[in-house]
Amino acid sequence: MSEAVLHIEGLTVALPDWSDRRHAVSDVTLDVRREEIVCVVGESGSGKSIMGKSILGLLPRPHVRATAGRILFEGRDLLTLGDDEMRQLRGGRIAMIFQEPMTALNPLMKVGRQIDEVLEVHTAMKPAERRARVLDLIRDVHLPEPERIVGSYPHQLSGGQRQRIVIAMALALEPALIIADEPTTALDVTTQAQILHLMKELQRAHGTSVMFITHDFGVVAEIADRVVVMRHGEVVEAGPAADVLGAPTADYTKALVAAVPGLKPRPRDSAERAAPLLQVSNLEKTYTAQVGLFGGAARKVRAVCNVSLELERQSSLALVGESGSGKSTLARCIIGLEAPEAGDVLLDGERISGLSREQMRPYRRHMQMVFQDPFASLNPRQRVGDIIALGPMIQGVPKSEAHAEARELLSLVGLKPESAERYPHEFSGGQRQRIGIARALAVKPKLIVADEPVSALDVSVQKQVLDLLNQLRKQFGLSMLFITHDLRVAATVCEEIAVMQHGEIVERGPTAEIFTTPRHAYTRSLLDAVPGKEWISSLG
Amino acid sequence: MKSFWKRFLANPRVIAGLAWLGVVVLVALFADLVAPRDPFAIVDKPFLRPLGAYLLGTDSLGRDVLAGLLHGARTTLLIAILSTLAAVAFGTLVGAVAGYYGGLVDDVLMRLTEFFQTIPSFLFAIVLIAILSPSAMNLVIAIATVSWPPITRVVRAEVLSVKSREFVQAAVVAGQRDSAILITQVLPNTLSPLIVTGSLLVATAILIESALSFLGLGAPNQMSWGFMIGAGRSFLRDAWWLVTVPGIAILVTVLSINLVGEGLNDALNPRLADL
Amino acid sequence: MSGSALGRYILWRLVQTVPVVLGVAILNFLLLQLAPGDLATVLAGEAGGAPKEYIDQLRARFGQDQPVLVQLMRYLGNLVVLDLGYSFRQSAPVLELLLARLWPTLLLMGATLTVSLGIGVAMGLLAALWVRTWKDHVISVAAIIFYATPLFWIGLMLILVFSIYLDWFPTSGMEDVVAFNEGWARVVDIAHHLVLPTITLSMFYLALYARLMRASMLEQRGLDYVTTARAKGLTERQITTRHVFRNALLPVVTMAGIQFGSLLGGSVVVESVFAWPGLGQLAYQSLFARDFNLLLGIFFLSACLVVIVNLIVDLVYVLLDPRIRIG
Repeated sequence: MSEAVLHIEGLTVALPDWSDRRHAVSDVTLDVRREEIVCVVGESGSGKSIMGKSILGLLPRPHVRATAGRILFEGRDLLTLGDDEMRQLRGGRIAMIFQEPMTALNPLMKVGRQIDEVLEVHTAMKPAERRARVLDLIRDVHLPEPERIVGSYPHQLSGGQRQRIVIAMALALEPALIIADEPTTALDVTTQAQILHLMKELQRAHGTSVMFITHDFGVVAEIADRVVVMRHGEVVEAGPAADVLGAPTADYTKALVAAVPGLKPRPRDSAERAAPLLQVSNLEKTYTAQVGLFGGAARKVRAVCNVSLELERQSSLALVGESGSGKSTLARCIIGLEAPEAGDVLLDGERISGLSREQMRPYRRHMQMVFQDPFASLNPRQRVGDIIALGPMIQGVPKSEAHAEARELLSLVGLKPESAERYPHEFSGGQRQRIGIARALAVKPKLIVADEPVSALDVSVQKQVLDLLNQLRKQFGLSMLFITHDLRVAATVCEEIAVMQHGEIVERGPTAEIFTTPRHAYTRSLLDAVPGKEWISSLG
Repeated sequence: MKSFWKRFLANPRVIAGLAWLGVVVLVALFADLVAPRDPFAIVDKPFLRPLGAYLLGTDSLGRDVLAGLLHGARTTLLIAILSTLAAVAFGTLVGAVAGYYGGLVDDVLMRLTEFFQTIPSFLFAIVLIAILSPSAMNLVIAIATVSWPPITRVVRAEVLSVKSREFVQAAVVAGQRDSAILITQVLPNTLSPLIVTGSLLVATAILIESALSFLGLGAPNQMSWGFMIGAGRSFLRDAWWLVTVPGIAILVTVLSINLVGEGLNDALNPRLADL
Repeated sequence: MSGSALGRYILWRLVQTVPVVLGVAILNFLLLQLAPGDLATVLAGEAGGAPKEYIDQLRARFGQDQPVLVQLMRYLGNLVVLDLGYSFRQSAPVLELLLARLWPTLLLMGATLTVSLGIGVAMGLLAALWVRTWKDHVISVAAIIFYATPLFWIGLMLILVFSIYLDWFPTSGMEDVVAFNEGWARVVDIAHHLVLPTITLSMFYLALYARLMRASMLEQRGLDYVTTARAKGLTERQITTRHVFRNALLPVVTMAGIQFGSLLGGSVVVESVFAWPGLGQLAYQSLFARDFNLLLGIFFLSACLVVIVNLIVDLVYVLLDPRIRIG
C-alpha cells in the first residue's frame, strides 16, 4: 500500500435533499498505485463520475459534497485542502480528461493558448519557453503540423484531435495522477482505439498513474492494470484486471461480464436462401450544406452513394459504420423518411421509393422502425397506449381494438398492460425502448428497421433488449435491418453484415465470414479497433 | 402537472403578481359598477389634491382621477390582450408552417419575419395609426403587427427542435398526415415556451399601448392610463399626481405580468430555476 | 481572418441590406395608398399649404391615372436619387429636414447604447458573480422594475425630481440657445442637456442587457469548458475574465443589434418628452401636422439606420466569434 499515489478511504458523497437517493458515493475505498492504470467501471448511476470529480473538488457545490472519508494524495487529505492549495494541485500534480471533447474546450480561444494557460498559471516559464513546450506537447500527442494546430480554434479540429489537445493539456506539467472520465465514449471506435493507444503509450513513457472511468468492459480489458467495479455508489469488486475479467467473484460483475456482447458471429438459421423481402438498388442521397456566410458556396455531401443491398425474408442484416458513414441516412431512405435522388427501393417486389406520403401509407404496415433515443422517441404528452395504437388506427383498425392490442403487446415486451394508461416519463430507458418495440410491432410488419436501438442503454439493459428483439423476430418471422456502430452488437444480432464507409458499402457478407476473413482494409481496421477483443473472444 | 402548480404557486413573486393582476382584471371587468360615472365627467374643481374629497384628486378639467384609473384599466387591458391574442395566433401560424415545412417556405417566411423585426417597430406602429386614424381597433391591429415576430421565432425554433425528435419520425413512419402530426405531435410540445412568451407579450403590449396613448394616438373617447399621463404632463409642475398615479398603475401591472411570466417559465423549465 | 475576406464579407452584407431597404420603401408606398386621398394630396401634406399647381405637378409626376405598379416604380425611382419630396408644413425639402435632425438623434442613440450596454453588462456580470446573495437580489429586482417602467413616464418623473424640485438638469432642449456657447462650453452644455434623456431611454435596455448578461453568464458557467479551466487550476477570477465573459457577451451583442430598431422607436417618446430636436421629435410634430410624407421619410431613414447598425453589429460579432466563417 505504500506505493499508493492516491488512497481513497471511506469516501461518501451526499446528494441534495430533493434527489431520490441520499448518496451518490457511499463508503468507497480504493487505491491508485504508482505507474498503473486503474479502471473504475460501472453503469449509469453507479457514482463513478461523481467519485472522480470529488478528487479534484469539482463537485457542483453546494448541493453535492463529500460528507465522510479521506482522499489522500502525496501525504495530504484533499478533502481538507483550502481553495488555493487545491488550485495548485489541479492541472499541476493531478490532471483531468473529460468525456466530451466537443464541449471541453473554450470555443473562442485558440487551442495553443488553452494549453499554454496550464503552464502560465503553474510555472514561471517565459512566453517563448512556454510556446516551445506547447509545441512539444502537441507533438507528443501525435497531432500533425503543431505550428498550425497551435493557432487553431476548437471548431476547426475533429473530435479525436480535440481529445488529443485535452490530453496534451493534462500532460503539460507531468502530473503524478491523471483522472480520465469516459475519455473515449464520445468518439468513433477507430478513434477510440487510437486515443486508448496514445494514453497507454504516454502513461508508460511518463510513468503517470491513471484513474480511468468507463462503462465499457472492452475498454477495461484493453488498458486496465487493476479494476474497481462500482454499483449504486459502492465498490462491488476490486482486483487485478486479469482476475476481475477472467474470474469475477461478485454476482453483479458476473452479470455485467455476461452481458458484454461477444464477438461470436451469429450463424445463419437456415442454409437455403429465401426470396428477398427488401431490395435496394443504386441508391443515392446527397445533402447540400451551406458553407460560410456566402450563400452561393454550397458544398455537396454524398451521404449515400450508389448503394445496393438485399434482405431476405426472416433474416437480419446489420449496417455497420462510424458516424458520418451514411448508415442512418440509408435506413431513413429505405423507410421513407428521406427521399433518395436516384435508385430504387423494392419491398416484396413493389417499388416504394419515389412515392408520395399518401401513396406510401398502405406500405407502412409492412415496415416499421425502432429508434435510437428512448427519451426522444416517445411523445411526452401522449399516453403509452395512444402511442402504440396510432399506427394500427391509421391503418383502419377501430380504436377499441387497437387499444386492446396495445395492452397485449405491452405484456409481450415484458411490461404490465396497465402501462398503457401512463405517460412515457414514468418509465426507465430500457422500458421505453420496449414501448418503442411494441409500437413498431403494432401494425404486424414484415420488416423492422432498427436504428442504433441499444446504443443509449446500459450494457445489462442492452442485453435484455437485444434478447427481446431476437425472441420477437423468431416469434413473428420478422426481417430486420439493424443499424449500429458496434460490431460486437452486430455480431450477436445479425447473420449478415454490411460495412459502410463514406456512404458506400465497402464489404458485405455473412457475419462469420466478415469476422474470420475480412477482405476490405476498413473492415479490418474496424475489427482491430474493437476494444478488448482478445478478452471478449476468450469469453467464448 | 401537479408538480408544475406546486412549483408555480410556491413562488412568492408569482403570488404577488397574480394578486395585483386579479385586482386589475376585476376592476377592468366591473369598472362600471365600481365607478359608475363617466370618467370624462367633470365632477369638481380642477387640481384638487389627492386624499381630499377624491382619493386621487381631480385633473386639469376637474375630472375624478380614480374613476379615470379604473376605466383606464379596462381599455388598456382589453387592447393589450386582444393584440397579444392576434399576434400569438398569427405568429404561431407563421412559425409553425416555417418550422415544419422548412426549405423555401421557411426562407421566405423568415425573411419576412426578420424584415418586421428590423424596421423600427414603434415608429411603424405610429405611422400605421397616423394613417389608419386612431381607434381601438386600429390600435389592436398596429400593436399586433409589430408584436408577432418574437412569437414566430419562438414557435419556429421549438417546432424545428421538436420536429427532429424521433417521436415525430415515428409518426411519419406510422403514416400520420402532416397536419395531424403538426397538431397532435409537434404543437403540444411547443406549448410551454409559447405560453411564457405570450404572457410576456401582454406586458409589452401594455407598454406600447400606453406610449401610443401618451402621444395622443390612443382610442378616442376612451380613458386609458397612457392618455391620462399625456393629458397631465403639461401640469407636471403643479399637479404631480396626474402623471405619477397612472404611471405607477402601468409600472405595477407590467411588473406583475413579468413576474407571473417568469414564474411560469421557472415552473415549466425547472432546470433553469436550479441555476 | 484575412483583410480581403472581411472586405468581401462587408460587401456581401451590404448587398443583403438592399432587399430590406427596398422592402421599407415598398411598405411606405403601401401606407401612402392606405391613407385617405390620392398619392399627390397625401404627399403634398393633405391639403395643407401646398399650392394647387404643385399637387397637379405631383399628379403628373407619379402618373395618377397610371396603374399602381407604375406609380410604385416612379416612387422608388425618386427614392433612389434621394428625392424624398417637399414638406409644405415645414417649407423645406424633406431630406434637408431629416439631415438637420439626424445628428441629435445619433448623439442620443450613441449615448444610450454606451450607457445601457456598459452598465447593463456590468450589472449582469456582477449579479452573476454574486448569484443568490442579497446583492444579486438587489440588482435583479432593480432590473425587473426598470424593465417594467414606461419610458415616457420615467422621463417625466426625472424632470419632476431633477429639474423641477432639485433644478440640477434642464427640462428640455439640446442646448441653451440664448447663451450662444462655443467650443468646450457648448460641449458641456449639450452634455448637461443629454443626461436626463439618456438615462430615460437607457433604463429599459439597461435592464434588458443586465438580465440577459446574468442568465448568459450563469449558463456559460455551467458548461464543460469551465470545468476544464477549473481542472487546469485557474482561479475563479481568471475563469471569469478569460473564458466565461467573452462567451457570455455574444448573446448580448446579438440582442443589442435586434433591439436597435426598438431603441430608435423609443426615441420618439423620449425626444417628445424632453423636446430633444431629433428625428423622433420631428416625427411627433409631423404626426400632428398630418405631414405624412415627412413622417414616412423619417420612417425610411430610421429603417436605413437600423440596417447600418445591424451591419456593424454583425461585424463586431464576426470579430468576437471565430466560429462564424466568412470566407
